[in-house]
Amino acid sequence: MSEPVIEEEAIDEGPHKLPLDAWHRAAGARMVPFAGYEMPIQYEGIIVEHEWTRTNAGLFDVSHMGQLIVSGEGTAEALEALLPGDISALKPGRIRYSLLLNDDGGILDDLMVTNVTVEGEEPTYYIVVNGAVKWDDIGHLREFLPDAITLTHLDDRALLALQGPKAAEALEQVLPGVAEQLSFMQATSTSWNGVEIGIGRSGYTGEDGFELSVPEESVEALAEALCALDQVKPIGLGARDSLRLEAGLPLYGHDLDEKTDPVTADLGFAISKRRREEGGFPGAEKILALREHGPSAKRVGMLITGRMAVREGAPIFAGNAQVGTVTSGGFAPSVGQPIAMGYVEAGHALSGTKLIVEMRGKQIEATVTDMPFVPHRYYRKPKA
Amino acid sequence: MTIYYTEEHEWISVEGTTGTVGITDHAQEQLGDITFVELPDAGSTVKKGDSVSVVDSVKAASDVYTPVSGEVTEVNPKLEDEPELVNSSAETDGWLFKIALSDASELESFMDEAAYKEFVESL
Repeated sequence: MSEPVIEEEAIDEGPHKLPLDAWHRAAGARMVPFAGYEMPIQYEGIIVEHEWTRTNAGLFDVSHMGQLIVSGEGTAEALEALLPGDISALKPGRIRYSLLLNDDGGILDDLMVTNVTVEGEEPTYYIVVNGAVKWDDIGHLREFLPDAITLTHLDDRALLALQGPKAAEALEQVLPGVAEQLSFMQATSTSWNGVEIGIGRSGYTGEDGFELSVPEESVEALAEALCALDQVKPIGLGARDSLRLEAGLPLYGHDLDEKTDPVTADLGFAISKRRREEGGFPGAEKILALREHGPSAKRVGMLITGRMAVREGAPIFAGNAQVGTVTSGGFAPSVGQPIAMGYVEAGHALSGTKLIVEMRGKQIEATVTDMPFVPHRYYRKPKA
Repeated sequence: MTIYYTEEHEWISVEGTTGTVGITDHAQEQLGDITFVELPDAGSTVKKGDSVSVVDSVKAASDVYTPVSGEVTEVNPKLEDEPELVNSSAETDGWLFKIALSDASELESFMDEAAYKEFVESL
């Protein structure tokens, strides 16, 4: 039997250990190299952890991700030269999904920007980037941000994600009063045991949830406090991947890369209205033309017939002609069948289109489907 | 009946000239939740080391190589609806296929249970 292929990223200096490394091992995690770190892929089993997160609350260690602070007068404008988001309009305490673009409009990374400016102080933004490309992102930002803007890598902070329908009631027990302040894509900070914790109501599972930025020396105490609750269990990378795939959320390095533009990737929502009208972001001309005339291919979701999963790299056919490629795929526990994400030519991207995926010499039927595969259950506060 | 184990984490239980093949408990544990098992066609002739089956888990797919040459006589009919049998009973009800051995000398290089246990501990 062949060893299962775990997707490993290139590692320069061998895998680094997370601040919670020993805690994961004590909790029974199987550790695998990912994004330059030894990461927990599972504790009890991927399906059990996946279902737990959809019904209770899961705690994910995502400390491999890059946490950055960009600050100084003119930061919003400086970021807008690199991202297509309307950063100027982002109010303090608000989070936005955005894309780091190269001059051809290719996606260097996808990221979350939070305006964390304190009243009366200089503009300050907190950015979370993907672990696998964080060093490239930092290099890119250092090169292209003006000298007057300060970039700080918060490499002494850990990042936890608490996700699931019971995330808010769990958070309430450890950080009382925080959840009720926040709607989806809003952020705040609070003091806990003498340290400052940054909290954003966002995540990567399609469920309600929070991301908690915490000094690394306090992360074990915070993880312990959360996992001591009946609603919370630690969840590994394996379930993180199946959850995000069901939520229709792309994974950088697989569903997105430098050769993909935001329109083809179906991430047009990340290009704010004002930015569409004014341009002025990398690759704007090309991206805006694609928006107007339509891309030649599009990222789509597919339901896979049968039980055999299709995987990244599998070719997609309409008749005898290859019309696309799978970029993510696997068994979806909450759907009960395999699902996939991939790029197909525009003429075959309509929901309901039947296509064929070739996997290990077999022809497998796939049906283009609207995403998400499992409805998002983000929490939005009723308007007062 | 003798049970042999391979370094590729398959087991083969031999009775006369018929072998029953599966993956070991250690292997299923490494793979995690199994969602689909692709089996060879009954009646097909296979050669030792051929990839004849694929075990699909939530995260990855793994080839299963036949430890011996011969003709596949039967595949486990339960696995179509219950692939998770390979997780819960890898070395009993979760067997993959039966094979009529064409060369019993191919078994000579395999490990017995104790040797396999030692092999797994050394990994």
